[in-house]
Amino acid sequence: MSNPAYGWRVDDIDTDEMILNMGPQHPSTHGVLRIELRTDGEVVRAARPHIGYLHRCFEKHAESVDYPGVIPYTDRMDYVASMGNSLGYALAVEQLMGIEVGPYVQTIRVIMAELQRIASHCIAVGTYGMDIGAFTPFLHLLRDREKILDLFEWTCGARLLYNYNWVGGVSHDVPDGFVKACRQFLREFDATTYPEMIDLLIKNKIFIKRTAGIGVCSPELAVSYDLTGPNLRGSGPPRDLRRDEPYLGYENYEFEVIVGEGQFGPRGSCFDRNWVRALEMRESAKILHQAVDRLEKMEHTDVHEKVPKRVKPAKGEVYARSEAPRGQLGYYIVADGTGINPYRVKVKSPCFTAMSIFHVLAKGMYIADIIALIGSLDVVLGEIDR
Amino acid sequence: MTEMGGLIQNRFADNLAFTTVDNVVNWARKSSLWPMTFGLACCAIEMMATGGTRYDWNRFGMIPRGTPRQSDLMIVAGTVTLKMATRLKRLYEQMPEPKYVISMGSCANNGGPYWKHGYHVLKGVDEVVPVDVYVPGCPPRPEALLYGVMKLQEKIQEDRVLRRRGETLGSLAGASMGPEARK
Amino acid sequence: MDAPAIHAKLADRFREKIVAFQAETLQPWAVIAPDAIAEVATFAKSDPALAFDNLLCLSAVDYPKEDPPRMEVVYHLFSYEHRHKFVLKVHLPREGAHVPTVEGTWAVANWHEREAYDLFGMVFDGHSDMRRILLPDDWIGHPLRKDWVDPDFYNGMHVKPTQQMAERAMAGEKIGVGPFDITPPNRHVDE
Repeated sequence: MSNPAYGWRVDDIDTDEMILNMGPQHPSTHGVLRIELRTDGEVVRAARPHIGYLHRCFEKHAESVDYPGVIPYTDRMDYVASMGNSLGYALAVEQLMGIEVGPYVQTIRVIMAELQRIASHCIAVGTYGMDIGAFTPFLHLLRDREKILDLFEWTCGARLLYNYNWVGGVSHDVPDGFVKACRQFLREFDATTYPEMIDLLIKNKIFIKRTAGIGVCSPELAVSYDLTGPNLRGSGPPRDLRRDEPYLGYENYEFEVIVGEGQFGPRGSCFDRNWVRALEMRESAKILHQAVDRLEKMEHTDVHEKVPKRVKPAKGEVYARSEAPRGQLGYYIVADGTGINPYRVKVKSPCFTAMSIFHVLAKGMYIADIIALIGSLDVVLGEIDR
Repeated sequence: MTEMGGLIQNRFADNLAFTTVDNVVNWARKSSLWPMTFGLACCAIEMMATGGTRYDWNRFGMIPRGTPRQSDLMIVAGTVTLKMATRLKRLYEQMPEPKYVISMGSCANNGGPYWKHGYHVLKGVDEVVPVDVYVPGCPPRPEALLYGVMKLQEKIQEDRVLRRRGETLGSLAGASMGPEARK
Repeated sequence: MDAPAIHAKLADRFREKIVAFQAETLQPWAVIAPDAIAEVATFAKSDPALAFDNLLCLSAVDYPKEDPPRMEVVYHLFSYEHRHKFVLKVHLPREGAHVPTVEGTWAVANWHEREAYDLFGMVFDGHSDMRRILLPDDWIGHPLRKDWVDPDFYNGMHVKPTQQMAERAMAGEKIGVGPFDITPPNRHVDE
């Protein structure tokens, strides 16, 4: 509108701001998200996200069923990465009850968590490419994600929502031949999936042009809005709970914490966040190699040996965090010591805080960049609305 | 087309076929169901997997469209909340006739795991739109969704396009699908 | 710094506003008087020894059976610099609760406080945008309180669970398309 290159002046053209509604049904919002945009032509002056279209009353259900019964509900919050949700909850209740699981169960949990991380980032990077307009990487990554889902289905019977991490253990032991199948998957991942994704999408000039330079988030802003996970690491700070406050024996694995480097634009742009996710897949594969080697040499203990007959913690409360694929997932569990139901379960989901920064970053963007911004924050509405 | 066999098979030249208009129109409609992407929650991920390369729904002729104006199938995949229900009804009304609805997953069928204490969950999408096929599961496997689509295709094949007597698929609201309705 | 040292520093500055301190738990907490929470928050963030630059979580909990009945707002704090954690709590009455906002200190509190208001009913004074976030704008009531009862209908849609419907269907009642009649106007149906 007021581009001096064309010789137009603002007072020549009578412009007005338009209120545009995106969603809740929209091909590229990652779930039912509604964004109210106030635009001046193609430039967005203000954006206001509206959530709550998937509020499924998780916290009310958590107060009405017993502790193990909450786990299927936790699966359904971040439905793309449900191993991470149930892991966070199991860790929190185990902290409350003072249960320590053995190294065999810990290794299984690490394997499942890292496989889930790769699968979740497949969806994240794939749908991000699809939002930008690249459909092929999405199909490739979905095909490779099916291999991970095959492994999960072989172990516990479910493709998407597993109810796997129980309080004190896991629901099913890994089957015979799992190590071999996992190594086969890792071979294919290292040989085809990862290089293909980097070549087709991440190093694609069009993709870089569309994503580097928009949605730049400084580290201070990120910390003030409590961004965690790849969203925070894309802006610079190398904060990873697996490195800072290790759980499940993560201190014994060698892996790097990927941070955004800003090689194509300012640091903290949409490209950097996506870059962190893409490279984290390779780090997860590294951890998986080590964990699978470890699992092979370990003696198989019973995965249910520490699972209590009745989960009835004494009166107390705990806030436990874990590194889910989307960031730091925190569970605040209050137990009143009398019943078998939790008294209160509050979930701090990483996408909730990531969405709260949206209206700050969206000012001054084009409408097409708004789509790129939502995709780079990798929001899953089930986790935001709970 | 096979129910016309016997008397007339192999009696006519190769470029002549006898069938009914109903058969052809229904065959065309069922072979190119274009779903509107209405993925709400976890079932949406399984719907995406159905669209992926392993369970490919493209071979059924299904091309997902983003807008209700160009689609004839709405797969309600995921939990419908009360806040979303008004939008769902509006989108359903924006679809042109003939339109079909598949309710995918337990949440869309009757509220799913949230039926008991979900104060904000709509207990079944058939409270606001008429449903043709219910696909159970939490989430239903992609094969289950494809089976639901095939069941819908069978239902469409039985429709009567030109002459209607009584309640058929063409008048969806409140249609009962017992054998007496197929007149 | 460990929890008693943090509490000592806060009590040193705010004296009687720090109402209580519970150290014998997994994660020790300090109870703050409601009107002082904003200043305590600013001090906790800006003081170099404390440097709580991250609000991990802001939750609300309803305790109707305690004596006296109260609602709590729980603030989990973390410092990236010093790697220490602390918990602040604020005790509020169950009806008509007002508490100052900490949005000025930690920007993430904006949405967390909106959610606490939406589901519990306590009002955060000074908040820039105090309205519901998860539930529809015309929703009545605050569902996560312990005395919540599901209403029967919301705008014509059933809210109560469907077990009653399942029983009615088993008894032979026809449960099909719900209360809405959306037969489009130009249907061709031979009557």
